[in-house]
Amino acid sequence: MELFSNQILAGISTGAIYACMALAVVMIYQAIDHLNFAQGEMAMFSTFISWQLMQWGLPYWAAFVVTIAFSFLAGIAIERVLFKPLAKAPILTNVAGFIALFSIVNSSAGLIWDFTIKQYPTPFGSSPFLGSQLISTHQAGMIGVTLLLLVALYVFFQYTRVGLAMRAAASLPESARLVGINTSWMIALGWGMAAAIGSIAGMLIAPVVFLEPNMMGGVLIYGFAAAVLGGLSSPFGAVTGGFLVGILENLAGTYIPGVGNELKLPIALAVIVSVLVVKPAGLFGRPIVKRV
Amino acid sequence: MSAVDEVATEAPAVEAVPKRAMTLGSGTSLVVLVLLIAVPLFVKNFIIFQMTMLLIYGLAVLALNILTGGSGQFSLGQSAFYAIGAYTSAILMEQYDVNYALTLPVAGVVCFVAGFLFGLPALRLSGVYLALATFALATAMPQLLKLGFFEKWTGGVQGLVVTKPDAPFGLPIGQDAWLYYFTLAITIAIYIFSVNLLRSRSGRAFMAIRDNEIAASAMGINVALYKTLAFGVSAGITGVAGGLGAIAVQFVAPDSYTITLAIALFLGMVVGGVGWLPGSIVGSAFIIFVPNIAENISKGLSGAVFGVILFLVIFLMPHGARQVAIVSQQLIGRLRKN
Repeated sequence: MELFSNQILAGISTGAIYACMALAVVMIYQAIDHLNFAQGEMAMFSTFISWQLMQWGLPYWAAFVVTIAFSFLAGIAIERVLFKPLAKAPILTNVAGFIALFSIVNSSAGLIWDFTIKQYPTPFGSSPFLGSQLISTHQAGMIGVTLLLLVALYVFFQYTRVGLAMRAAASLPESARLVGINTSWMIALGWGMAAAIGSIAGMLIAPVVFLEPNMMGGVLIYGFAAAVLGGLSSPFGAVTGGFLVGILENLAGTYIPGVGNELKLPIALAVIVSVLVVKPAGLFGRPIVKRV
Repeated sequence: MSAVDEVATEAPAVEAVPKRAMTLGSGTSLVVLVLLIAVPLFVKNFIIFQMTMLLIYGLAVLALNILTGGSGQFSLGQSAFYAIGAYTSAILMEQYDVNYALTLPVAGVVCFVAGFLFGLPALRLSGVYLALATFALATAMPQLLKLGFFEKWTGGVQGLVVTKPDAPFGLPIGQDAWLYYFTLAITIAIYIFSVNLLRSRSGRAFMAIRDNEIAASAMGINVALYKTLAFGVSAGITGVAGGLGAIAVQFVAPDSYTITLAIALFLGMVVGGVGWLPGSIVGSAFIIFVPNIAENISKGLSGAVFGVILFLVIFLMPHGARQVAIVSQQLIGRLRKN
């Protein structure tokens, strides 16, 4: 039983990583109605920026804030320059654009900062949290920040005019335009916010997985999986999904014989797909009713 | 939340391509065919090998095109079916001494069944959810192939070495050239099959489902059957391509068939034009040659160069090579009028 509860705890602490990334995924999904495959790479690039700032002598929190601001602007710039011209193109062409962006960001980061693994500091310290070996203060801090972000996002979408406008622009663009919402800029804003949340996720994840250009590959897959499992329309679902995926992955690795590290991901994905077969809109997503 | 945002009048993810716009005219087809037959007579072995791979990836892109462009389902799992096909051929050839040509239909059938079975749970999913499910399949496949349980047949991590076939009947051409023409013959056969499939009753059913699933079922189309059928056919063709790929590369290993391959095939489809079958070969050329070109331009930044080229391509022709074909067709038409 102790093994079981320990695995759950370990699952929650890895799940925090996924939950953080899943929030960024949901954010962009709310804004543009599809997934951005380059999101992880954008977050990785932001994390490198913050690392560079700290190398130049900025204190952690200053670098943290500057990076978030930079990512927000960079997200908007990417949307304006690269994806606004593709707004009328088919969705699949946009997806190809994400893959191109992925390739560009990954390769540039590799050239600027090279592919060696770098240590990344944590503001929370890495001693055991409340005497437990399985969860460090950093991971506890990460869970805290994730929950904080979740609340902030919820308030933003539910209680602010901009949040409402953004939801409107995403779900019914034409009607939104008719009531005077600038849908084009709402999309740019969504990109900016998603990039900013991604950068927070990146900076929180980096102390755990270490900083290098490919650090986000695995994390983003789990982030997607978590967001889809929880339901892409719900930030709350995304975070829950993140923790569930983390727990699932750990339990599968421990209890199913013959499952090493290698098979953890396929099994976690298989479980997610089975959940989706039963609940196609995710655990907390609202099913979309199509008008005929 | 209000009731309004629960009802979405969603545009279909894949735009409607009329079936006549899916193929080339007979004149153009003939020119392409003559080129494909004649060029290998004048080039070196390595280029013949690349042309063989061009056809093989072309087939795999074509298969994805039938699934996405035809029936409107999206898949990131094509690499899994490619792997199954490749392994089926390799195992039959190396462990059971079956003739290479006979392994291909087997690979096709095995993949058809695999695709059909995978299509069943996929019925419930669409859009990003389907993408995730197929993605799961693609990431799982290399790991499954590495499993100790299958190692007796698959050779585990090391993979299998496949012998390259000689030209039969004492034909005076090299192994590479023979394999090229062999692949070309199969490609043409599958291309004709695909064109006719999309023109048939089943093809019309695929397209009806792609354009509006609810309307299609109201017209009496068995949506579940045709969606899984599309998955099966697509997987079957991909399997044949995988088998040919194994013979051409002479080697199968789990890590040749990762998600990267599935993404490459997807890019090939977009660049070639979703739903335009002849575009598959253009897309295949893109995914084979552009990474090399990018590498030549800058070693350190090859990924970035590739991304920039990809961006240029989709900026200039968001509908892929099909757009070029349509525009040039109109130009020729205008010239004729003058």
